Amino acid sequence: MNASTRYGPGIISGRLRPRPYHSALRGERIGYVGALSSCLFAALVSFFLILAGPARAQDNAALVQRFATESFNDIVGAVNGLATSGSPRAAPVIEALRDGRLVYRASDRAVFIRRPDNSFVNALTGDPAADIGTTRPVRLNNNVRRAIDAAVGALSLLHPDPARRISAAEAVFKSRDGTALAALEAAIGQERDARIKTLMEEARAAVVVANPQASEADRIAAIGIIQRRGDQDALAMLGSLPATTPPLVREAAESAAVGIRRTLAVWEAGQNVWHGISLGSVLLLAAIGLAITFGVMGVINMAHGEMVMIGAYTTFVVQQVIRTFAPGLMDASLFIALPMAFLVAGAIGVAIERLIIRHLYGRALETLLATWGVSLVLQQAVRSWFGPTNREVTTPSWMSGSIEIGHLAITANRLAIIVFAAIVFAALLVFLKRTPFGLQTRAVTQNRRMAGAMGIRTNWVDAFTFGLGSGIAGLAGVALSQIDNVSPNLGQAYIIDSFMVVVFGGVGNLWGTLVAAMTLGIANKLLEPYAGAVLGKILLLVFIILFIQKRPRGLFALKGRAVE
Amino acid sequence: MLNLKSKVLGLVAGAAMAAGVLAAPAKAQEPIKIGILHSLSGTMAISETTLKDVMLMLIEEQNKRGGVLGRKLEPVVVDPASNWPLFAEKARELITQAKVAVTFGCWTSVSRKSVLPVFEELNSILFYPVQYEGEESSPNIFYTGAAPNQQAIPAIDYLLAEGVKRFVLEGTDYVYPRTTNRILEAYLLSKGIKAEDISTNYTPFGHSDWQTRVAAIKRFGSTGVKTAVVSTVNGDANVPFYKELGNQGVKATDIPVVAFSVGEEELAGIDTKPLVGHLAAWNYFQSVDTPANRDFIARWRAFKKNERAVTNDPMEAHVIGFAMWVKAVEAAGTTDATAVRRAMIGIAVPNLTGGISTMMPNHHITKPVLIGEIQENGQIQTVWQTPGTVVAQEWSPHLEGSRDLIADHRPPMNCGNFNVRTGRCGGAPR
Amino acid sequence: MMLTRFLFEKIDRAGWVFLVLLGIAAVLVPVLNLAVPPGSMFHVSNTAVGLWGKYMTYALLAIAVDLVWGYCGILSLGHGAFFALGGYAMGMYLMLQIGPRGVYAHPTLPDFMVFLNWQELPVAWWGFSFFPYAMVMVALVPGLLAFVFGWFAFRSRVTGVYLSIITQALTYALMLAFFRNDMGFGGNNGLTDFKDILGFNIQSQTTRAVLFSLSVLALMAGYLVARAIVTSKAGKIIIAIRDAEPRTRFLGYRVENFKLFVWTVSAVMAGIAGALYVPQVGIINPSEFSPANSIEAIVWVAVGGRGTLVGAALGAGLVNFAKSWFTGAFPQGWLFALGGLFIFVTLFLPKGILGTFTDWWRSRQRKPEPPAATSASQPAA
Repeated sequence: MNASTRYGPGIISGRLRPRPYHSALRGERIGYVGALSSCLFAALVSFFLILAGPARAQDNAALVQRFATESFNDIVGAVNGLATSGSPRAAPVIEALRDGRLVYRASDRAVFIRRPDNSFVNALTGDPAADIGTTRPVRLNNNVRRAIDAAVGALSLLHPDPARRISAAEAVFKSRDGTALAALEAAIGQERDARIKTLMEEARAAVVVANPQASEADRIAAIGIIQRRGDQDALAMLGSLPATTPPLVREAAESAAVGIRRTLAVWEAGQNVWHGISLGSVLLLAAIGLAITFGVMGVINMAHGEMVMIGAYTTFVVQQVIRTFAPGLMDASLFIALPMAFLVAGAIGVAIERLIIRHLYGRALETLLATWGVSLVLQQAVRSWFGPTNREVTTPSWMSGSIEIGHLAITANRLAIIVFAAIVFAALLVFLKRTPFGLQTRAVTQNRRMAGAMGIRTNWVDAFTFGLGSGIAGLAGVALSQIDNVSPNLGQAYIIDSFMVVVFGGVGNLWGTLVAAMTLGIANKLLEPYAGAVLGKILLLVFIILFIQKRPRGLFALKGRAVE
Repeated sequence: MLNLKSKVLGLVAGAAMAAGVLAAPAKAQEPIKIGILHSLSGTMAISETTLKDVMLMLIEEQNKRGGVLGRKLEPVVVDPASNWPLFAEKARELITQAKVAVTFGCWTSVSRKSVLPVFEELNSILFYPVQYEGEESSPNIFYTGAAPNQQAIPAIDYLLAEGVKRFVLEGTDYVYPRTTNRILEAYLLSKGIKAEDISTNYTPFGHSDWQTRVAAIKRFGSTGVKTAVVSTVNGDANVPFYKELGNQGVKATDIPVVAFSVGEEELAGIDTKPLVGHLAAWNYFQSVDTPANRDFIARWRAFKKNERAVTNDPMEAHVIGFAMWVKAVEAAGTTDATAVRRAMIGIAVPNLTGGISTMMPNHHITKPVLIGEIQENGQIQTVWQTPGTVVAQEWSPHLEGSRDLIADHRPPMNCGNFNVRTGRCGGAPR
Repeated sequence: MMLTRFLFEKIDRAGWVFLVLLGIAAVLVPVLNLAVPPGSMFHVSNTAVGLWGKYMTYALLAIAVDLVWGYCGILSLGHGAFFALGGYAMGMYLMLQIGPRGVYAHPTLPDFMVFLNWQELPVAWWGFSFFPYAMVMVALVPGLLAFVFGWFAFRSRVTGVYLSIITQALTYALMLAFFRNDMGFGGNNGLTDFKDILGFNIQSQTTRAVLFSLSVLALMAGYLVARAIVTSKAGKIIIAIRDAEPRTRFLGYRVENFKLFVWTVSAVMAGIAGALYVPQVGIINPSEFSPANSIEAIVWVAVGGRGTLVGAALGAGLVNFAKSWFTGAFPQGWLFALGGLFIFVTLFLPKGILGTFTDWWRSRQRKPEPPAATSASQPAA
């Protein structure tokens, strides 16, 4: 285990140049590069083979054997060597390495590929190998992964799958690998998809800019193409020209970079607003259940955060069940978790109302004490039941990664949460304003005795309303499980913010809650880059304190008898 | 009137009696009591509860081997509830009322700072198992976690060797990240990194909205110079941080994040597929393949009755600390704190990564440093490690205030903060 | 003379019992601790002295909370802030008393400033090495903050939950601010490792015993002040504000001035409690500002009996004793017990322990008594 690998600067050579960071692929969701069928890959390699010229067969043994090492440097060398050799074994071996299925036998440095069914084949020949004895896996680190990405990238420019061609073009853009130029030219000639073609031309431009042999005019023209791309990758590209670059080219690159920065600064403001909307939707989700239990019913519900937590834990349990019994449904797990979380949290809410809160109507401040006790008990119950540590909630694939609109990075999970918050809000509004039950709820909260006199069963409405508020908190928990810790402390993190939102918006007014959540979210995110996260939050709290002085009943004050 | 008074008095007397029950004195041939001072509720329960469990396991195993000095060991568990003054109160209760011989506990620096005066005043022993910022060496505390030079500096060396030229130092705003980052800044500047290539930022505890910060990191990393993030982000805030990194597509092959507070336990709460290749620096990984570690994991899983229970670095620190204490008590022939403190220095026990850890005169232990990459299964795979163990520099040579200080708790020096320039023991005569 | 009249006319029976017991404790506990040898059944252990001293400061905080909540109807979810500010003022004094005995032996700067590379003492710390100045600050800082905050809030007629939530915002903002290391108050680690107070070693048992007695005396003084306020003429108006604020205003009283007065007095009391708390527990850190702490103070009052003063102090002692005991005796399940206790008290003892006890006592006496002005009636939320 004592890896004596030395990580000198010497390994940054060959195909392993310093590489700019990789942003989300434009228009495509990023994710782990999916497995590629071996035969297709082999076909592409044979195409590359023709370009590269035939390799001598006897070298293959030596090339493959280079993988039998503990040294990451040597593995990187082996990847590069094999990828450029044109050997027909390149595809399966590199692919196996990428997936962690390449093993070797220390005694004789024989290299094997573990197949998905756990049988082994000889890496060199592809023949099945039985009884191979003790082996060790060929290890991966970031340098090896980079080498693999570059090797695989350059080879899949002609892949039939457009997504693969896009990632290939991006890989070349980043690697600026001169040897890929021929393949790139061929690919550009064949490409039908205009968007991918642009990407490939940008990749070609990147290769040309970095190529010391290219003429200055060509290189400056290429800089123009990169400037049109105009994203952070382009900036990175322009900022990392080789030291030998002629001054004229360097100047062009610098002025292009200034232009890109100017455009990006504008986009950045937009990005901050987006972050703000996203934070606002999280606050809205966390607060909206409280807007019912506290805002509408007047219960100072300190256990609200625990309802959110229970929703998150319900998600965890649902996913555990799905993982055990129907792994295929994982992508739909959240849709199953939503009604479950609503029901579980709602049922606990009804129970709390029936057992405790109903004895306390008219003593609003004492509900604080009782619900504080409930919150302690629920936290500890979850801690005893599920353990104090975080539980893993899987993010469905459709909620992973990000898309880019212009230069705006939109992460899928945040987008989903915004949409979800909007749906919950709209549904609740319709429910309260357009259904008989909503009417009864509003009647009871506005004038309990009068509502009772009109024949509304106020007890029943109370229990149901509290259940509704708790259920919605449970829904929020499902959403928050996607972005935060699923731990017994989850609820505590949101309870104070939720109260701020409801009070700032005006107790008892759903629209107020919406406007307050969005205002606080966006203001927070606009302040954060300048003031820092802590100071920004302090400023907002001070703002809320001052605002309440100006409007003692929040943004949208409720009028009428319900006020006192 | 009288009646009421007697009732109230009765109440008070009842309360006092209840307090008296706590104070039942321990007799000589009774078991040796071991205090366990880890939060079982509140924000730190997430990290500390497992440490309580590992202590219970170690004590149980030691009892099966016949205890220590022929006496059984008895754990005394209390819950300081992530409340720092309560740590001090519970420490006092353990020492004066439960009469524990030694205490294993604390996670955060502030909890250690809170109990430190108590342990010094009452002359008892605390084993502190977590990596921390250094700048301390109490005669009554044994630090089995890493000092900055046993974790942070080697990680920076690794990144520098990887060709990283630009650093984001991202931390939670408290003393460990502040001090560690100041040490790292000084170290990076000494290694020729330009000041404008270091960006330091602090976020509050439990920070959950990382969108702005991750976007800023991406921007900082888009100059074409190879960039890495050095994260001293604490506990709770890590899960949302890593989720946001994954979603915004910050890959380890582009901007690696090396973390000092993320272990197997934290990773168990995250889907690690998008995080493969990000780095962690510790003195122990569960994935380390040694007979001692395999055995430990098996025992731990059996104890927890959970086939997937994970182990982490502070747990190993307790394993080492406990083994050292047992050896020291046996060497001293008594559990008396002063004798055990003397006997502790120089005690060497095997650690779980195949080496030997020794208690040095500065009350810190020698440790190997491992750099690992996060794997798809939530484990961390070693990619680099120091050839041997590293001695802790509790007083960092990279900080102005502590450059001249050393700690040596052996006679004749007997000092945790000896100033080599003035030739005096810095602080008050203890 | 005035005082005697006050004592005999204004203090009810529970109050007398309370004061006498406290008086006995203030003398007896230090004696039993210092003079009686350990091992004797009358010996009070050092740990107990520290613990009960802490409860005394909590009881003072509870009386401060009860004064505004129980009598004036202001539910403050931010009293922990005043408590912590008083504590910080004391902590800063104690920190500067360490002087060159810190680990870095820096002549003026506290340790945390040395390793965070501060060059000189921040302005906010000036003067804190001078004990009288620090003591003035203990009262002035929370008092001033409360005054400014109350001045705006009461004048704008912010009431009910709105007021509660902005007091919570206040303490939350202060917590975040004090967590910042840039503020110069030690960040998360706060202030700790104190050495001595007014030249007396803070770890010596005599100092501890004296601090305990001082805490008891402060609690008695706090009770007398609060009692004096609520039984005065102004006290009647304050109670009227609690029960019907608009009506009181319509009767021509300047409601905001009365509220501001009680509020500021209460904050100063909380500050003093904090200042006594810090040297006894040995640490002050921003988590004292956390909203949960302020809510806990409310819980003590509710458990003991809102609007009874004595009950508030009793509640603080009882809940904290329960907490100390449970965290040691049932480390795994104490939150169930504590949470259960809160639910139980709210449901079955709505007037708190003392209120319920008083009711029961009266019914046993079977003679109608004039309803005490301090009984916990049902105020408007």
